[in-house]
Amino acid sequence: MSKANEIAINLKQNLLSKIETRIKVNADNEGAYLSKMRKKAMEEFDKLGFPTIKLESWRKTNLKTFLERDYNIEAINKPLNSKEADTTLMCESNKYDTDLYTQFNGQWMKGAEGVTTYENGTIVCPMSIAIIAFPDLIEAHLGKYATDSNNALTALNTADFSEGYFVYVPDNIEHNRSLQMVNLIDSKDGIFANMRNLVIVGKNSKLRMLHCDDSVSNNTSFINNITEISIADGAKLDFYKLQNKDNESAVISSTFVKQGADSNFASNTIILNGGLVKNDTKVILNGRGANTDVIGLYLMDGHQFVDNHVHITHAVSNCTSKQLFKGIVDEFARSVFNGHTLVAKDAQQTIAYQNNNNIQLTKTSKIDTNPFLEIYADDVKCSHGATVGQLDTAALFYIKQRGICERNAKMLLMLAFVGEVIDKIELPNLRASMAELVGKRLKGELSSCDQCSITCAEPDKPIQFEIDMSKV
Amino acid sequence: MLEIKNLHVSVEGKEILSGLDLTVNAGEVHAIMGPNGTGKSTLASVIAGNDAYEVTSGEIIYQGKNLLDLSIEDRAREGFFLGFQYPVEIPGVSMTNFMRTAIDEIREYRGQKPLTAGEFLKYMKEKKELVEMHAKLNNRSVNQGFSGGEKKKNEIFQMAMLEPTLSFLDETDSGLDIDALRIVAKGVTALKSDKNATVVITHYQRLLDYIVPDFVHVMYDGKIVKTGDRALALELEEKGYDWIKEELEAKK
Repeated sequence: MSKANEIAINLKQNLLSKIETRIKVNADNEGAYLSKMRKKAMEEFDKLGFPTIKLESWRKTNLKTFLERDYNIEAINKPLNSKEADTTLMCESNKYDTDLYTQFNGQWMKGAEGVTTYENGTIVCPMSIAIIAFPDLIEAHLGKYATDSNNALTALNTADFSEGYFVYVPDNIEHNRSLQMVNLIDSKDGIFANMRNLVIVGKNSKLRMLHCDDSVSNNTSFINNITEISIADGAKLDFYKLQNKDNESAVISSTFVKQGADSNFASNTIILNGGLVKNDTKVILNGRGANTDVIGLYLMDGHQFVDNHVHITHAVSNCTSKQLFKGIVDEFARSVFNGHTLVAKDAQQTIAYQNNNNIQLTKTSKIDTNPFLEIYADDVKCSHGATVGQLDTAALFYIKQRGICERNAKMLLMLAFVGEVIDKIELPNLRASMAELVGKRLKGELSSCDQCSITCAEPDKPIQFEIDMSKV
Repeated sequence: MLEIKNLHVSVEGKEILSGLDLTVNAGEVHAIMGPNGTGKSTLASVIAGNDAYEVTSGEIIYQGKNLLDLSIEDRAREGFFLGFQYPVEIPGVSMTNFMRTAIDEIREYRGQKPLTAGEFLKYMKEKKELVEMHAKLNNRSVNQGFSGGEKKKNEIFQMAMLEPTLSFLDETDSGLDIDALRIVAKGVTALKSDKNATVVITHYQRLLDYIVPDFVHVMYDGKIVKTGDRALALELEEKGYDWIKEELEAKK
């Protein structure tokens, strides 16, 4: 047996024994419901083991090289030293105008370590506290949406998670402050962590969130992150996800959503960097009149890898869904898109749209795209499409003929290509910042400070492409 | 200003220009006419630097520089402008940002200070008026959703913005109704000075009623076979190209 293989097998065994001990120790705190769920999940993980490319849903996504590394599975529970805490505290102000909740190497930073209760009854707190403080809400929702039982990583997460965020918005509340949840990793410890988040949006309520997966330095880490989301009848959640991870990081970020009647879910995922990034978004439209938009953008280069998997189930009639992912893949990078829309037998009057467009900048990069419809109803409007292409040479010639250099000509075309996704961001501040980040990323000017989305430093010289008409 | 000597160009092994000579001086307007497929558009593309064409021999000297040594963008920055026969639609790139980027780069190349956003917009407004471009451009993508006439007017607008020294307008008149043609021609005339030169490639004499050429060239089989003044254009309009072919045959 090779050394690498041995490391991967030990990882599984170490995780299992850690989980077993923890279940025993925490049996009293966590309540019988959670202990039982964890035990069952542990058995599932033991049986399934880490996913391999022999499984259909992992066929293009090989975790092997990331699993065969030295990880510290306890590192996540290590309290921060004061110096580490200070570094992140520098970033008190943030330009997105959001309420910032930062988890740094798994530990909550100052201001986010306890329960935050807003005047309107909205609650934000660490998952470790929610389990104890809000057992009824936890029991009603936790583990109810992340139900893909044959997925070993879901099972592992359920069995092992100790931290994450918990957000609860009561019925009939329009929460006007956007919540920014940052999961920042910067550690030499080789962090391997399972994190679990839960977001509950009550009837007719509205919430906007920005979820950030970040890492700063090139240290090995493996984060398996699950967010369960419940959107009640008539409620609306805007869920922006910004991922900027270094090349040694693996992040598996799964989002499970259940929507009630006339509810709305708008998910916009922007992936700027990452060694291995896998985003699974699974949505169940469970009440008439529900709408879901799952869109995203990925910009990969070097040897980076990204996999976006979207699965939308139209369980009832009169719902609408849209998937749009756009990607630019450079150098030796690889991207995978799997879009699956399932329309159940009685889900008549469904409108579903699915699209994945890619620009492949080099012959050495690789793009896999697999849009897929599975329809059992007969009165539906569904479409799907995928494209992989290069930058339009006629347009490049035209632009260069006007005196614009090759690099900027390409930049204009790439920014135009991704603009469709960025333009859908409703928050003007966030939209402007994303456009700037994406511009910098494409120009290869994303500095190490920008790697962290809560950038506190003055932004560099503004990008020249856009004229802010309001300032003229 | 421009001196083309014995230019041979081929694409995929097939020779399209075979020994073309052309001299253009400042302050002049030239018209290049000729039947379809004789290499008129190829000539314009080669001067612009389109790498789909291979220059097998000959030279293009522009303001003392060997144009063939320069990149597409440097040729533009040196003052060469091509009005496209089929202007390219670029979804998502706004006209304002497109022109702003172009002017920034050209000014930088020429060692000029960049324009402020305010100066730029004022400049753009002036040029729009000069070429009677009434369409709102600020939030429109380059040529996207433009009518045929608007696209051609947009070429002239860009020409006005970039203030080139030498412009080749490739069938700018094709697909234009008489009003659009008049506006385009008026724009070209307004931009004319004794420092710059314009070469119009056209099928029809019609355009030359508005843009009066100093020289009219006839291209046939990849070279210029006849040069005259405006009267030549009128003669071509009346008699077609057959008599030129016959003349050439007779010479052989």
